[in-house]
Amino acid sequence: MLADKDRIFTNLYGFQPWNLADAKKRGAWDGTKKLLELGADEIIERIKASGLRGRGGAGFPTGMKWSFMPKNPTPERPNFLVINADESEPGSCKDREIIRHDPHLLIEGALVAGFAMRARAAYIYIRGEFIYEAKVLEAAVAEAYAAGLVGKNACKSGYDFDVFVHRGAGAYICGEETAMIESLEGKKGQPRLKPPFPAGAGLYGCPTTVNNVESISVSPTILRRGPEWFKSFGREGNAGTKLFQISGHVNTPCTVEESMSIPFKELIEKHAGGIRGGWDNLLAVIPGGSSVPLVPAAQIMDAPMDFDGLKALGSGLGTAAVIVMDKSTDIVRAISRLSYFYKHESCGQCTPCREGTGWMWRVMERLRTGEADVSEIDTLLEVTKQVEGHTICALGDAAAWPIQGLMRHFRPEVERRIAERNGGEMLEAAE
Amino acid sequence: MADAPNIPSEAEVRAKWGDFKWTKENAKTAAMYVGRYPEGRQRSAVMALLDLAQRQVGAETKTQGWLPVPVIEYVAAYLDMPTMRAYEVATFYTMYNLAPVGRYHVQVCGTTPCMLRGSDDVLSACKNRGLVKGATTPDGLFTLTEVECLGACTNAPMVQINDDNFEDLTYDSMDALLEALATDKPVKIGPQIDRQTSCPEGGPTTLKEMVSANHDYRKGAK
Repeated sequence: MLADKDRIFTNLYGFQPWNLADAKKRGAWDGTKKLLELGADEIIERIKASGLRGRGGAGFPTGMKWSFMPKNPTPERPNFLVINADESEPGSCKDREIIRHDPHLLIEGALVAGFAMRARAAYIYIRGEFIYEAKVLEAAVAEAYAAGLVGKNACKSGYDFDVFVHRGAGAYICGEETAMIESLEGKKGQPRLKPPFPAGAGLYGCPTTVNNVESISVSPTILRRGPEWFKSFGREGNAGTKLFQISGHVNTPCTVEESMSIPFKELIEKHAGGIRGGWDNLLAVIPGGSSVPLVPAAQIMDAPMDFDGLKALGSGLGTAAVIVMDKSTDIVRAISRLSYFYKHESCGQCTPCREGTGWMWRVMERLRTGEADVSEIDTLLEVTKQVEGHTICALGDAAAWPIQGLMRHFRPEVERRIAERNGGEMLEAAE
Repeated sequence: MADAPNIPSEAEVRAKWGDFKWTKENAKTAAMYVGRYPEGRQRSAVMALLDLAQRQVGAETKTQGWLPVPVIEYVAAYLDMPTMRAYEVATFYTMYNLAPVGRYHVQVCGTTPCMLRGSDDVLSACKNRGLVKGATTPDGLFTLTEVECLGACTNAPMVQINDDNFEDLTYDSMDALLEALATDKPVKIGPQIDRQTSCPEGGPTTLKEMVSANHDYRKGAK
């Protein structure tokens, strides 16, 4: 188990105040000026060396992402950092804890990351429903300005850097980086075609990098303690500590920071009080938020919880939002409800997703009750393939994968329902 | 459409909200929001200003607030952008109410993580108190909406009522919560069971020193 001294988010549960004075006592804003004196390129090199991969779901190496930004921005065309706090993936609730309980780790990270990518300012895009969290964040930013930590001559480094909070208003799609940029510009959050990539033309047509809250918040601590320290946790290629969010049918659901690659069983036993009704009662797990396919009990038990380990099981780490389902779960309904979620959240721009998500949900609802023909399972799978990869952003893929995961592992259950329903009707007809 | 918002007639709305303008305090807040964006990019503030306007309407009507068309027009004019562009934003995002809502907007999360932990019970507690999805109770007190994941999954099931989250609900605690709101009794925000935020019930498995006092865990570390 990860030792307390190696945890980054020490006020995760908010037992202590979030404000600057207390955050400093926990280690935030410690020698930030010195970190900046390393120089932009050295910071990027060290983040690369730490093996930090983006915590927003895709797992792209963070240091490499920062290095894509132009090295000599002009005042007319500055670089921007956009921090993705639009945490909306069903199962995910880690950024919320960072923002409401340790916002200064995020603001310090914004300065360090912004400095490394030569950004003029950071916009923190926080989802609209996080009303209390946005209030805390605004207050924390004001504190940081008042203390001279950000703003003109931030931390007396000679570097001018602004941090602004932008509240969303309820749209899952704004978590997609180009949709977020559109939304920041005051438009509907509909994703843009790539290329051009945001690092070339993003917010207001300027070079932009979009990073997840957790990736940004861990970076100052990585620099303070050294890349080797961070790299010492987790398997090769999956370095670091990670906030896991364990929800669903466990005895004590919780959010907890653990070492990457911790085996699933150990994670649940140590922090979530085990599976409701014991380990034999485990049915399946969605290990990384709603967009990744589910994994049946037998396969997940000893799997390492990291990017590569879960990919090998045909799923993914995503945001490390672990949704646990025991044998009382109506698994078809659970996935069908996710299909409804994607139908609701499709932005309507691309036809395969706009029409496909609604269609998939309606078929899933019929499969839930068994009011369907067995051949429709294959039709549904074919449609998921037609949506997947044929849309501008990954929402289409995200809507397709849970259904594909269900059919891969629980097709007999779906077929059983259809047979039961048809069998029942045939008996009635015979009477 | 069955779930189309029930908007009062245009004449009525224009008569009531036609001369909407910022209160003194909100005018300052609005200018502050606009100041966050570069010169010539004031349109970026449209989301913040629509929210501010909705809150002002809410304060005047003693509800969560909504966005009558004249108010959207006012915000668009304030930002010097076409009305249709502001209207697009107001209709795209779910947090802008396009029709009047009640005193309390009860937004029950029904997405899978909450569903697994019993959001059906939360919804039946609402139903048994006469709340109907997509409608306001006749006394104007409650509007019920089933919303998608609100990002508090380790505290499921949960509901957001106006600006506050109520988490770790059961049928009984949801019923008690609605009763308390209806009778103007004080309510406890956050988890409705004995639990600190997203910490495991029964106490933390990590970082135990933090419970009683602020602790610097770097001490003793390399």
